[in-house]
Amino acid sequence: MKEINELILPDDLRYAVDHEWARVEGDRVRVGLDDYAQDQLGDIVFVELPQPGETLERGQEFATVESVKAVVECYLPVSGEIVAVNKQLEDSPELMNESSYGDGWMVEVNPKDLSEMDDLMTSAENLERLKGAE
Amino acid sequence: MKEPLGTTGLLLNEPLLWEKGKKGRRGFSLPPRDIEPAHLDKEFTGEGPDFPDLSEMDVVRHYTRLSQWNFGVDTGMYPLGSCTMKYNPKTNERQAGLSGLSTAHPLLPASLSQGVLKLMFELGKHLSEITGMDATTLQPAAGAHGELTGMLLIHAFHKSKGTQRSKIIVPDTAHGTNPASVALCGYKPVPVNSDEKGILSLAAISQVMDEDTAGIMITNPNTLGLFEENIRGIAQTVHSKGGLVYCDGANLNAVMGVVKMGDIGVDVMHLNLHKTFSTPHGGGGPGSGPVCVKNSLEPFLPVPRVEKRDGQYVLSEDYPESVGKVLAFYGNFGVMVKAYSYILSMGPENLKRASQLAVLNANYIKEKLKGTLHLPYDRPCMHECVFSDKYQMANKVATLDMAKRLMDYGFHPPTVYFPLVVHGAIMVEPTETECKEDLDQFIETFEVIAKEAREDPDLLHEAPRKCKVRRLDETTAARKPCLAG
Repeated sequence: MKEINELILPDDLRYAVDHEWARVEGDRVRVGLDDYAQDQLGDIVFVELPQPGETLERGQEFATVESVKAVVECYLPVSGEIVAVNKQLEDSPELMNESSYGDGWMVEVNPKDLSEMDDLMTSAENLERLKGAE
Repeated sequence: MKEPLGTTGLLLNEPLLWEKGKKGRRGFSLPPRDIEPAHLDKEFTGEGPDFPDLSEMDVVRHYTRLSQWNFGVDTGMYPLGSCTMKYNPKTNERQAGLSGLSTAHPLLPASLSQGVLKLMFELGKHLSEITGMDATTLQPAAGAHGELTGMLLIHAFHKSKGTQRSKIIVPDTAHGTNPASVALCGYKPVPVNSDEKGILSLAAISQVMDEDTAGIMITNPNTLGLFEENIRGIAQTVHSKGGLVYCDGANLNAVMGVVKMGDIGVDVMHLNLHKTFSTPHGGGGPGSGPVCVKNSLEPFLPVPRVEKRDGQYVLSEDYPESVGKVLAFYGNFGVMVKAYSYILSMGPENLKRASQLAVLNANYIKEKLKGTLHLPYDRPCMHECVFSDKYQMANKVATLDMAKRLMDYGFHPPTVYFPLVVHGAIMVEPTETECKEDLDQFIETFEVIAKEAREDPDLLHEAPRKCKVRRLDETTAARKPCLAG
């Protein structure tokens, strides 16, 4: 497993306490699991994603991720309608390990209120928090 | 250290039975036919199942070889926390094999089944006495089934009061089946964190307990192997708001004959006969999960119930408030016979002593290993103790690596990564049946493994090295499962 200083936490993302990341892309917000979560989970073997068209509030469960070690629920970092899901994860859940911020993204949301992004942690804040948890 | 238990030896490879058979081979001979063959209607014929053709010896060697790859509590120490893999005395098997019991048919009338009914009646009484409860059902097939039955009883209780509630409190040290049983019964599990001592505080319960909460599901001793010391106060708080207290009795092995659950505020609990009462388990069963209740819940117990009327044992369905049947017939009877045999052959004093020794053994391991392994809750434990891989992670050696390495030394690994409240948990439950010499060897082995973790981490990453099967590729097995024979 990675040491805290080995974690990759890109600056252009915002982070939720449950280790989801969110990135504004045009009028959408793309969501996935951060490097800390994928590293702690270990090899991810199954991802259950929502149906596009579902509208969820911030903090609601939107996906379940299963690794060889654990099963975890993921909570939506911003409210809105699910407009796209990463179908590639059905056959290739390992993308969440190999490219957690790239091809391993999970869903795209049409956000209800983009200002919710400001409530999420920055990369530096997330790193500080993770240091505190050690 | 004494010579390690783990060694290499000649194990024979064995293919799948489908790869082994040869057309026309068989393991039996039918007597000569003395009547004309009659042909079945076409609708009843077709391709048979794909079974291989094998001789008797093919089959015997197949299973004998597979059994030699196996490890069980008859082979060696099996310190699987939360599972109570104690030795199962062979007398239990002998009693369960008695033909009057093993061939008893569940559809025989009660008048011809007096012996088996008496056994069930008395086993229920014994379990009620051991737990300090008032009545017991033997029907549930295993622990989680007992939990569900218990939840149904709680639901029936509130229904009889003309109200219904929506939530059940479940601590973070619960078995994973607890919130599942709650949800399956239609309740919402309300999680509560344990405190810095690893147990539940009265304050935490007072905060969440309200009049929409049907009760609490509490494991005592909990899954950290710690006794819930505040149980009385917690029970009072729950009762004062009209709720009920469910005790997950999976860890009863620590407190048999020591704690009367009925006296500390428990209203309903399940037991695992296949843990505490020394009936074999692992590999999927069968188990048995009796549920014991206080008088207030007795009317709701599953039917049929065994009763004694005028010196005769009968099966009665005459309980209008019963939750009904939870299993076909009367439960896993063979398991009951073994538990009954265990209880009678031990007697009250020795059941208590078994618990005392189980606690002593766990504390011995805890004290001896706490410098070698990180001990997150350093206080007296009950029948199991929980370490973590914190010290070894400095060398990137994780719990899993140490668990696999234990196999090379001839021990079954302990429970790993549970309970979830401890990161990288290593949960050791030695049980009362291990002698001091074996405990010492286990402790020394862990010390050796910790040394290996410092000096040669890769040795552990590659473990096990001596087993018939090396480390499995769990990732590929989960991502690309092959379920064909």
